[in-house]
Amino acid sequence: MRLQAAGVTLGYGDRVVVDGLDLGIEAGTVTTIIGPNGCGKSTLLRALGRLLKPRGGEVLLDGRRIDGMPTREVAKVLGVLPQAPTAPEGLTVADLVARGRHPHQTWYRQWSSDDESAVALALELTGLTDLAERPLDELSGGQRQRAWISMALAQGTDLLLLDEPTTFLDLAHQVEVLELVRNLHQEAGRTIVMVLHDLNLAARYADRLVAMRGGRVVAAGGPHEVLTEELMREVFELDAKVIADPVAGTPMVVPIRPLSRP
Amino acid sequence: MSATAVAPRLHGIRRRRGLVLAALLAAVCAAVVLSVTIGAKPVPLADAWSALTAPTGTENDIVIRSLRVPRTALGVLAGIALGVAGALMQGHTRNPLADPGLLGVTQGAAFAMVASIILLGAQSLLAYIWFGLAGALVASVCVFTLGMVGGRGGPTPVTLALAGTAVSAFLYALTSAIVLLDEQAMDVFRFWQSGSVAGRGPDVVWQVLPFIVVGLVLALVNAPGLNALSLGEDVARGLGQNIALTRGVGVTAVTLLTGAAVASCGSLAFVGLVVPHLARPLSGTDHRWLLPYSGLIGAALLLVADVIGRVVAPPGELEVGVVLALIGAPFFVALVRRRKPVRL
Repeated sequence: MRLQAAGVTLGYGDRVVVDGLDLGIEAGTVTTIIGPNGCGKSTLLRALGRLLKPRGGEVLLDGRRIDGMPTREVAKVLGVLPQAPTAPEGLTVADLVARGRHPHQTWYRQWSSDDESAVALALELTGLTDLAERPLDELSGGQRQRAWISMALAQGTDLLLLDEPTTFLDLAHQVEVLELVRNLHQEAGRTIVMVLHDLNLAARYADRLVAMRGGRVVAAGGPHEVLTEELMREVFELDAKVIADPVAGTPMVVPIRPLSRP
Repeated sequence: MSATAVAPRLHGIRRRRGLVLAALLAAVCAAVVLSVTIGAKPVPLADAWSALTAPTGTENDIVIRSLRVPRTALGVLAGIALGVAGALMQGHTRNPLADPGLLGVTQGAAFAMVASIILLGAQSLLAYIWFGLAGALVASVCVFTLGMVGGRGGPTPVTLALAGTAVSAFLYALTSAIVLLDEQAMDVFRFWQSGSVAGRGPDVVWQVLPFIVVGLVLALVNAPGLNALSLGEDVARGLGQNIALTRGVGVTAVTLLTGAAVASCGSLAFVGLVVPHLARPLSGTDHRWLLPYSGLIGAALLLVADVIGRVVAPPGELEVGVVLALIGAPFFVALVRRRKPVRL
């Protein structure tokens, strides 16, 4: 088990969002968390990435309490990309990706040949080598998202948490980003956890789906086990038909009508 | 471009940045020469040099050694301090209009000075400066503590700005009340508020130097963390940066630098606000370069403004704070009109 949430209770202020949740992430898998708005999936991802401290329970990284580890050591193993990150204006792709090397640098040793090659490799993997000198603001949404993923890759971790990496992207760019995620998984065996809204893409690109509702895990397993008509009713309150995706063979959700509003 | 072509590009950028740094250093040196030689009594460069190396007690020697050199040194220190503090402040708040005064430092210094006059009977410039420094530090600690109350796990730029504005307004009200009641306090406050580097002896320079040196060291240590923070707190945390520590170091540096500058020279508007905008086109978004560039540009700007103040209204002088505001305001408007201020 690479990453594990053991009885975590999470919240903001007085509000408890997730109460006593257990979840394990196996090494070398792509896990996608799905669920309706406000179900706590992003909150859970933030806790797994130690961006949010649990009120109760603990998050274990390779069997060790993540809170007890120096944050810089965690950053050498675990990369997190929050939802819709923003960069200062004028920052170039190469500069953004170079900042992914931050955990490997100290104030007296700012740049090494390791950093150099990690940045070059991250740019190549994301197909951004030719755009390296362009300011981020001049790129398309899909390219910009690839640049952020490239930064996370330059960090050199084999465990990546991505919070809605496809938000604000059109369908073609969503597929582009998810193909990149799949390559990272297949070629380098990285362990990836992400939050996605699109259920059909989630089913196509994940080994394992985790469906959440009201801060609890309702179902977890392979796409065929999780994405059923019954689960759509229970988790999304949606009457839907689930058929086989004619391209990938994975389950595909065709909505009919919401349960509550006939 | 292949992957390996990234390397020479990065080296090229580094060389260019080194050249810019050298050019800015040269500009500061030129401004120092102007500041030492130009004034109510112009001193030829050769005489100024001999006054420093082999003084013989002539009038020029006295002018240079006891007036021009301390004045220039203080201008350089205050310019560096305010330029660096401004860049730090804008970086930490991710707000291009942030000013080092945002932490309540300026009003804290003013209040402590006038309060020391009526409560403790402080009389000398040196005493005012000590109280000003203390006031700046206390005000900043108050703002930081207040800012922490609202946010989860450390102050956020928004809670810091709100707390700073509230504390500043409160201190300004107290200062106004005191100066209305006490004439001596009013005189000191008026003198302080216009902002000047003139009439301070070498003792003042030595007094503020350690604060500025410590502030600059903290600022440079803070630069890589600030680079991570400029991508947002969550990304910075993901990159292994301790947010509370980075903010704490940054706020301490801003407080020391701004506190030393405003306590010794009075309120010098616009340096902290404008200078980072001049430095950013040269440095890009990397704070490891933005901070030194801002310091050098701040020093050059302050010295040139001071020299202008000495020659525009003979036989009198305009205080550097007034000159800075007069050239700074239109300049800033032009800057904003030419390009919209950058998003940080």
